[in-house]
Amino acid sequence: MHSSKPSGPTHSHGDDDALIRGLQKGDERAFSEVVENWSGMMLRLALSHVESRAVAEEVVQDAWLTVLRSLDRFERRSSLRTWVLGIVVNCARSRARTERRIVTTSSESGPVVDPVRFLPANHPRWPHHWAAEPTEWRTPEAELLVRETRSVILDAIDALPSTQREVVLLRDVEGLQSTEVCNILRITDTHQRVLLHRARSRVRNALERYFAATEAT
Amino acid sequence: MVTDLPELPCRELVELVTDYLEDRLSPIDRARFEAHLTECEACRTYLEQFRETIRVLGRLPEESLSPEAREALLTAFRGWSRL
Repeated sequence: MHSSKPSGPTHSHGDDDALIRGLQKGDERAFSEVVENWSGMMLRLALSHVESRAVAEEVVQDAWLTVLRSLDRFERRSSLRTWVLGIVVNCARSRARTERRIVTTSSESGPVVDPVRFLPANHPRWPHHWAAEPTEWRTPEAELLVRETRSVILDAIDALPSTQREVVLLRDVEGLQSTEVCNILRITDTHQRVLLHRARSRVRNALERYFAATEAT
Repeated sequence: MVTDLPELPCRELVELVTDYLEDRLSPIDRARFEAHLTECEACRTYLEQFRETIRVLGRLPEESLSPEAREALLTAFRGWSRL
């Protein structure tokens, strides 16, 4: 049931030639295979912008139709997958706007860990060192994968500004390389790392709060 | 062995974790980062939790299109390829 995730490096320009030819010839098997491989990722991106699963599926369908309509104009400056994922991001963002959901760009300021956790700058011995140290999570790996923990993570992802959410979904959840993610989202590598770091930090913070609460009971 | 590099406090280290993991720190900052870790158990714990977070993110269940949506796409593809 669980197929392995398509990871970044396995998809290259080389695979694209055959694939594009197949699509242009109307090869249904080529199309359904690529829909199978990429739609999960596309759906996740769409879900991160719109309220309902039904609408997210429509966004993915619209994106595929856009891909087919524009295939002859695809200039091959990126891999086909990068181009397709860029299209789904655009479709999802514009759908979010029509649903009046605001595409939130995060303010890239503020510390990723609450400053109250650290000693003050004028501390005689340990300026800006931990005051409230992180305590080890005594959670076996299996515990991290149960439904309840997953919902903590999903809620934390949902609460992110959408630009951070896009990056963390593509990089950490789907396992794409940074170069491809920068191309999909049209952002610089530095910006991508800032967004990724803020997103990861917030998810870690949410897990920390959750484990602290469950250990306290 | 800690040389005379300016000390990196915990509060700054937590801002650099992704740059460290992505290998994007300058050699000097990397040395400061690693020197700090050897001395600071709390930051080692923090880094481990950060890695754990990334691992768990990578193991969320996959999403997939409903059979209806997939079927609709195939139908659309047939229509498109006959154009």
